[in-house]
Amino acid sequence: MSDGTIRPERFQPAWQDRPWIRRLLAVAAVLVALVMLALPLLAVFVEALRRGLPVALDAIAEPDTLAAIRLTLLVALVTVPVNLVGGLAAAWCIAKFDFPGKRVLTTLIDLPFSVSPVIAGLVFVLIFGAQGWLGPWLQARDIQVIFALPGLVLATLFVTFPFVARTVLPLMQEQGRDEEEAAATLGAGGLRTFLMVTLPNVKWGLLAGVLLCNARAMGEFGAVSVVSGHIRGETNTMPLHVEILYNEYQFAGAFAVAALLALLGLVTLVAKTGLERLSGRNGNLA
Amino acid sequence: MNKGLSTTATRRGLLLAAFAGGAVRPAMAQGANTLLNVSYDPTREFYREYNTGFAARWRAQGGEAVRVNTSHGGSGRQARSVIDGLQADVVTLALAYDVDEIAARGLIAADWIKRLPNNSAPYTSTIVFLVKKGNPKAVRDWGDLMKPGTAVITPNPKTSGGARWNYLAAWAWLMRRPGATEAGTEAEMVKLFRNVPVLDTGARGSTTTFAQRGLGDVLLAWENEAHLAMQEFGAGNFEIVHPSLSVLAEPSVAVVDRNVDRRGTRAVAEAYLRGLYEPEGQALAAKHFYRPRDAALLEANAARFPKLDLVAIDDPLFGGWAKAQTTHFNDGGVFDRIARAAR
Amino acid sequence: MSASAAAIDPARGRAAPIRAVPGFRTSLGITLLWAGSIVLIPLLALVLRPLELGPLGLWESLTDERVLAALRLSFGAAFLAAAIDLPLGLLLAWAIVRLRFPGRGALDAALDLPFALPTAVAGIALTALTAPNGWLGAPLMAMFGWKVAFSQAGIVFALMFVGLPFIARTLEPVLRDMPLDAEEAAATLGASRAQTLWRVVLPALLPTLLTGFALAFARAVGEYGSVIFIAGNMPMVTEIAPLLIVIRLEQFDYAGAAAVGLAMLALSFVVLLAVNLLQRRLRRGRL
Repeated sequence: MSDGTIRPERFQPAWQDRPWIRRLLAVAAVLVALVMLALPLLAVFVEALRRGLPVALDAIAEPDTLAAIRLTLLVALVTVPVNLVGGLAAAWCIAKFDFPGKRVLTTLIDLPFSVSPVIAGLVFVLIFGAQGWLGPWLQARDIQVIFALPGLVLATLFVTFPFVARTVLPLMQEQGRDEEEAAATLGAGGLRTFLMVTLPNVKWGLLAGVLLCNARAMGEFGAVSVVSGHIRGETNTMPLHVEILYNEYQFAGAFAVAALLALLGLVTLVAKTGLERLSGRNGNLA
Repeated sequence: MNKGLSTTATRRGLLLAAFAGGAVRPAMAQGANTLLNVSYDPTREFYREYNTGFAARWRAQGGEAVRVNTSHGGSGRQARSVIDGLQADVVTLALAYDVDEIAARGLIAADWIKRLPNNSAPYTSTIVFLVKKGNPKAVRDWGDLMKPGTAVITPNPKTSGGARWNYLAAWAWLMRRPGATEAGTEAEMVKLFRNVPVLDTGARGSTTTFAQRGLGDVLLAWENEAHLAMQEFGAGNFEIVHPSLSVLAEPSVAVVDRNVDRRGTRAVAEAYLRGLYEPEGQALAAKHFYRPRDAALLEANAARFPKLDLVAIDDPLFGGWAKAQTTHFNDGGVFDRIARAAR
Repeated sequence: MSASAAAIDPARGRAAPIRAVPGFRTSLGITLLWAGSIVLIPLLALVLRPLELGPLGLWESLTDERVLAALRLSFGAAFLAAAIDLPLGLLLAWAIVRLRFPGRGALDAALDLPFALPTAVAGIALTALTAPNGWLGAPLMAMFGWKVAFSQAGIVFALMFVGLPFIARTLEPVLRDMPLDAEEAAATLGASRAQTLWRVVLPALLPTLLTGFALAFARAVGEYGSVIFIAGNMPMVTEIAPLLIVIRLEQFDYAGAAAVGLAMLALSFVVLLAVNLLQRRLRRGRL
């Protein structure tokens, strides 16, 4: 069995294309990546630095921006753990068990991907807004859900809902149930089986999923825009603050905050790639 | 499950907010020492300066320290947020119609427009044209916008208050021509919107499209936006054209009664709005290119604010906001017909 | 709470399927609580709210010419973008797994960028790039007379951007785990490389390609932040369905807004379900 990792070989195996084709493909891939991925990112950084680094740094050090950064981190801090636990449970029960309605559940997990972020915000307005189902009840008790932190968290939870489940599920499905069944035969309970057998098998995929979930949680715009209320320094997350600065013609500042967000995203991605390298070396995916 | 979700989420939110060292306070934790002004897009610069001055004056008059927070966005969206529960103490919106919508839900007293002078509009504005330096397409008046080959930038009247004023100004000019009919006017409006390549969702988006992306020959803009755009994007690149006729836009301000009574902020909220009519407020409005109500001040700035033939929304031509909104801008209204025909 | 291996399902009064792995009830319980409170109940609001309009009102609200045009545009552009992303995503995944070249690591890391970049930032950046005076827009305009930003092409471009990683990232692990001996065997049996790719590799990838397509499509249909800047938003031409939702909200038409949302949701659900079923048939056919 081939293990899927590829090392330079002295002879050319049959699964490998001729060198000129490989070179052509590599060039094509790099071109696609340049136009589709690198150029937009580059545009962000060029715009951010158009008026020089000090202007960019000043924009980030501004109190309202700092408040936005804190709020964004806080939202991610609440959102990611909830979706981590839920996503793991969902992936486990779909991968390891058969039950009626499984396909519907799988589709349900993908659903937030296809729900427009605008709708994601809208549904919470329909429920918690002053004109919504729970609005009067909440107002009577002076509880603010939308236009405050809880609303931002709920909208973000909805939007980042599928990430963990989606990255872990294929791995769990691939590994089948043999190991878990063996553990159960040896008398291990559900939680123990999960922690000792399943989790180690998917830990790198899981970390990747968590990182993506976190990146999306910090970058979400459409959904939080509907439930935020846009109060400067109070309910503005970083992406919303970018929009505000942009609308105030502070383009350099807007792109500076955007660049910071992109940097956070990049760090995430580099960490994720590193993790995957690590997992490849340890051979944990076998 | 629903209820459980909301309360746990709230509790968790509060707990974490406490951890964050009070850096992020949920709106409910705001006391009487903060004031929330929910406003529309182009007032950002004006209220930022006004807020600082007001806080100082309020202190000087013996009030306690107050911090004014602002929220800006499309006027309609902002009104909806207040209706949905955004805890605004005062609203300063683009149209009386949007304040009426809030009042219709019982958050503001129905007679709000009579509570402050001049229809509760402490400053006015109008719609002007912004063109490239030298006015290469020789745009002088509304009629020039309907000529083929002149690209016009305006935001979407469906989403932007300013865009509704743009639309109504063009409509008024067309209707005031001798022998004008509604059908003929609508046909001309189709020609105008055929010249529009992009409909941004807000006034600020349109200014960016025109000034930053270089699209279009004319930008229909608030007078104050046009001046601000000249400042931001270089006065040497653009010039302002005043058409022969335009609209008298009266941006409305009101105290949100239900919120101020609950939060105990009525006194400071009312002082905040009254201050807009006082000399400091009026001078600041003029500085940010809003036409002040103070006649002497307006006269002193006559170079900036040339006298124009201005049509108000209560003119029989429009019959007030409620009528204009249903006739022109609601789904199935005249604008929908025009947009469809202009395709 | 953890279920024993063979539990009697009281609701049905017969033996449930034997489950060798414990913990079914707990995990299903958590899943249902999680999915129910975060996704199902909120979506219930979306389903119930439009009913206020009554069946006739709902029908009229959805068959409005402008709504239909917007839905056609959103779904059509999403379909096209996902279709174009298929070969591009396959190329990128193939390059990452099968090829060695300088910059491969960077490519691998950059692939998730559309996930990480806030959609509004992506929208502003893509618009700046493809506007008539942008880095890409200016040469395209000069050379081919193509208008990208503020046209339907711009919408497709933005949707391609958000959808690309879904396809590449779904393909990548499968490509990595694909046994190479099938390709070796095909070659040994005298198949040309093209035949091997067409007959052996592509069929093996097909279910995954479908998954990736479905994810990219689903994500693109509802996309708002990155499209709104680049679209131009002309009614009937470049006005996407999510914008119509926003427009209706600003007219205080909650039920009408929810109606468009519901229609989008129903259409997406049908597409996703169809893809899932198709995929299952493909998998069965292969085994």
